[in-house]
Amino acid sequence: MASNAAVPFWRAAGMTYITYSNICANLVRNCLKEPYKTEALTREKVHFAVSKWVDSKPQKSTIRSDTEEE
Amino acid sequence: MIYLSFNKIIIIIIIILCKIFYSIRRRNRQKRVENNIQHPLSPADAPPLPISESADADAAAASSTTITTMFRQASRLLARSINQQPKMMARAFSTDVPATPTVDSTFVESWKKVIPNMEPPKTPLTFMQPRPSTPSTIPSKLTVNFVLPYASELSSKEVDMVIVPATTGQMGVLPGHVPTIAELKPGVLSVHEGNDVTKYFLSSGFAFIHANSVADIIAIEAVPIDQIDQSLVQKGLAEFTQKLSTATTDLEKAEAQIGVDVHSALNSALTG
Repeated sequence: MASNAAVPFWRAAGMTYITYSNICANLVRNCLKEPYKTEALTREKVHFAVSKWVDSKPQKSTIRSDTEEE
Repeated sequence: MIYLSFNKIIIIIIIILCKIFYSIRRRNRQKRVENNIQHPLSPADAPPLPISESADADAAAASSTTITTMFRQASRLLARSINQQPKMMARAFSTDVPATPTVDSTFVESWKKVIPNMEPPKTPLTFMQPRPSTPSTIPSKLTVNFVLPYASELSSKEVDMVIVPATTGQMGVLPGHVPTIAELKPGVLSVHEGNDVTKYFLSSGFAFIHANSVADIIAIEAVPIDQIDQSLVQKGLAEFTQKLSTATTDLEKAEAQIGVDVHSALNSALTG
């Protein structure tokens, strides 16, 4: 069994499967007809806060979001 | 059916030949001692070793009777096992998990002793359906669970066939399919139930086909074909083909390639 046989092109370029799958899903959603498209886009919005921890204390968190912020 | 009776005929012929062989031998050695034939029912894979030990005619004769008797036993065993095989599986699959008992009987009994009039409370385990076991005969319908992250499209639906867009090509799944894990590429999933065919365009995902003819198909996005906008697909295809030719880094190339793949799959789903 070859250990590095025939990796998919996206993995050879450094992309993970989740990234690939999410890109595919986004492209499909962008090609939908009108009422379905807006539904799909609202369904897939994400909103989360990321913070790095240094010396067991969280640093300032950054918000990553698809919803428009004020 | 014809195949089965062919096997039986072969077995019967072998048995008859052995019987003839044996009776000839017995007639030849009528006055000889036929004593050490009380060996156990050993299968024919271990030919008797005593042949090498002594050169006596007696030992040779005894061991040859052993051989013929073993032949008969072996053919009898073979016939029995062949006859039994279609009717019952000799071994359970190693992937079969025995169903955990959903009701704790000691709890229920002690409950009934104290409060005989009320039903014992249900635990979460009782609400769970146990994994369907692998039947010994191939079921007539395939059970499909088609799920998305936000909804369950098909849940335990009995269908005749599904065609999944695996990375290795369109794969048709019928009941009794070999257990398979298939990665899916962007493409069309078609579910065949009698004369109806329902088609969905999947963005990507996996299909798990189990030994008990249950297929779990998971995808991130799945849309019925009529929700796809043709003009947007054409636009996207043109855009990504152009990006592919102008891409510089590996990552950009990969992204553009993904775009081209997805849009061309969408295109063929609309036209095909």
